[in-house]
Amino acid sequence: MPRGAVSIHVERCKACGFCVEFCPTHVLALSSAFNSKGYHPPHAVEPEKCSGCDLCGMFCPDFAIYGYRLPKTPAEAKETKEADDANDNG
Amino acid sequence: MPTTTADPVGVLTGSHFIDGDHAACEGAIAAGARFSSGYPITPSTEIVERFSQRAPVIGGVFIQMEDELAASITLQGAVWAGVKAFTVTSGPGFSLMMEHIGYAAMTETPCVFFDVQRGGPSTGLPTLAAQADMMQVRWGSHGDYDIIALCPNSPQECFDLAIKAFNLSEQYRVPVFVMMDEVVGHMTEKVVIPPADQIEVEPRHFTTKSKEEFLLFKPDENGVPEMAKAGDGYNIHVTGLTHDERGYPNMTPPIQDKLVKRLLSKIRNNAEKIWLFEEDAIDGADVVVVSYGITSRVAQRAIDMARAEGIKVGKFRLITAWPFPDKPIRAIAEKVKALVVPELNLGQMVREVERAANGRCKTIPVSHAGGSVHRPEDILAAIREAVR
Amino acid sequence: MSTTLVPINPVEPFLRTERMPHIWCPGCGIGTTVNCFTRALIDSKVDLKNLAVVSGIGCTGRVAGYTNLDSFHTTHGRAIPFATGLKLANPKLNVVVYSGDGDLFAIGGNHLIHAARRNVDLKVICVNNLIYAMTGGQTAPTTPGNVVTSTSPYGTYDPAFNLPYLVEAAGAVYVARWTTFHVRQLAKSMQEMFAKKGFGFIEVLSPCPTLYQRRNKMGDGLDAMKDYKRNSKIRPGCPTSEVGLVKEGEIIVGKFVDRERPEFMDMMKAHLSQSLGEKYVQPNECESACGEEVPQCSL
Repeated sequence: MPRGAVSIHVERCKACGFCVEFCPTHVLALSSAFNSKGYHPPHAVEPEKCSGCDLCGMFCPDFAIYGYRLPKTPAEAKETKEADDANDNG
Repeated sequence: MPTTTADPVGVLTGSHFIDGDHAACEGAIAAGARFSSGYPITPSTEIVERFSQRAPVIGGVFIQMEDELAASITLQGAVWAGVKAFTVTSGPGFSLMMEHIGYAAMTETPCVFFDVQRGGPSTGLPTLAAQADMMQVRWGSHGDYDIIALCPNSPQECFDLAIKAFNLSEQYRVPVFVMMDEVVGHMTEKVVIPPADQIEVEPRHFTTKSKEEFLLFKPDENGVPEMAKAGDGYNIHVTGLTHDERGYPNMTPPIQDKLVKRLLSKIRNNAEKIWLFEEDAIDGADVVVVSYGITSRVAQRAIDMARAEGIKVGKFRLITAWPFPDKPIRAIAEKVKALVVPELNLGQMVREVERAANGRCKTIPVSHAGGSVHRPEDILAAIREAVR
Repeated sequence: MSTTLVPINPVEPFLRTERMPHIWCPGCGIGTTVNCFTRALIDSKVDLKNLAVVSGIGCTGRVAGYTNLDSFHTTHGRAIPFATGLKLANPKLNVVVYSGDGDLFAIGGNHLIHAARRNVDLKVICVNNLIYAMTGGQTAPTTPGNVVTSTSPYGTYDPAFNLPYLVEAAGAVYVARWTTFHVRQLAKSMQEMFAKKGFGFIEVLSPCPTLYQRRNKMGDGLDAMKDYKRNSKIRPGCPTSEVGLVKEGEIIVGKFVDRERPEFMDMMKAHLSQSLGEKYVQPNECESACGEEVPQCSL
């Protein structure tokens, strides 16, 4: 499960390429689609690699993309808690 | 809009023997001014020198800025933080302030500028009087805008008209100018400061609307929008760019038309309420002397001398030079042979007089390049010429 | 996958969204600096009601118009004196000056050095794109040598200002430089600056793809960002005399100055208190002198 996801505001994008270039896990690429101004907005080509770090959001000069952490599923939450407990006891 | 009376803190009730500059400072304080950003320039400096002394004991702030460009905009920052503010200057500094005068007009920032006029152009006569900034005060900044300018002719009037200037600026959300001159500024006379509860002060018209409802540049029925200030949660935006009622830039011809015409109409539609002038013996006069500021006092002497010679001469003293009281002048022009206009310049307000007279009578300027006041004999000569 | 509510972009509440999209070019870094600004405001828990943004004229000057705060778009070069007036009349306000290199250092240079000299409590964010962008790409006092601009068509030859050096010499208590590549560090630096009383200054190098980059065949905004990544050296505490910029040269970034000096209003109040004793009346922070009935006002 990816730890994060991105949200893209297609109409604001000006295809500068910052998010594509500086995503640490190379989640994004410019799509072949156009927005109404003729720019190619990005899309997630490897969404499972997204950590939700929001570096894309920090870089984006057009406020057209941002990343967010996905909440853990109950199974993942249990796994994390067990790991934490083990650390505390160890 | 209800007025209030002056805050007693800062009102030096009593009889004083002070000069026009000092009286102007006291007038500003009585009107509620608690901030000034100044820059020294003769012959205006004493206004802020006094304010720098008075401010710390009345809860005010004075800062001497690095130049007039800064002085003229720092006071506007203070206005948008919620206080009444002013600056002072003379010719060369006035020229430097022009961009920010335009900014105040465009952003409808209520504030007061004192111009203690001196000989020009350029460095000119720093310590000697003139009245040669009268057109500049009206037209000095670029673009179409309108302002109010008042002309005191005594230290007492420097006090009274300073208060009037602040009141008008709050009423119309416009920069207002007190056009003094070096003689009025430096002459020492009796100035009576009344008790605070007898001084009418116009408070700033802060909005009471909710954040969702309020629009910083939406006019009320008088064409004047309500005010706000930073820190009240309205998230205001103020810009010198052509803007819509929200204050957001909208640089299109229709918005330009709407905005700039409203800025002018604020003054023009209310001109008759704003006009202040003094008339004497107009009825039956053959000639009327139109004057303002220090020249009006010399003109009075010339008028007295003319009357002693049997000439029927009336007096019209401009107290508001702008908006110019054209209707009253036009009415007078219908009935007299001539209007005599002495000024300490080579023809400025006389152009307005002539425009208003519209050819109905002669207009006779009595020019003076500046540096001293007129000789009464020179004005008398023009009066005699008028009735010849 | 359970349905999750997608959180909003943390920058959104800070924008006048009805004015989006903004006018900045593709690949311009000004918007990036606004993200960092927003992040710094959130993390430092600044009281947004008492925050005012003051801009001058230029591309960076348009920041005031896009931020959903009390914002003032003033005249060219005069954001700092306007901000000084705001701050002196209401010291409760946190006043940020957000403007460009030409606006702050050419026409506005005099005001900048005096505010720094006085240590007025202002936070200055200077986006330096090395050019006068808004008016079509003219030479700025920060344009490095041998750069083609619209007013130096054969290349610049005047020396450029070293902004951190100048501002430190004038008296600023916090001086840092970052680029729009250093988004995390820039946000952190802004947060640090907001917490520190006095005249703070951060220079942010930012691409101007349409004019600077294009005229000098340096690619686009992304190419500039890659240059920042490649050529930057983080040197905290580096002497500011050594951080001057040359075309395509090393870019030294980091926090250079973090020192203590008495702040202007503190000095003013202390001095007047000492001189006047009981007669001194501190200026009010509230609706003084406007005729309003406010119980806590002494006026």
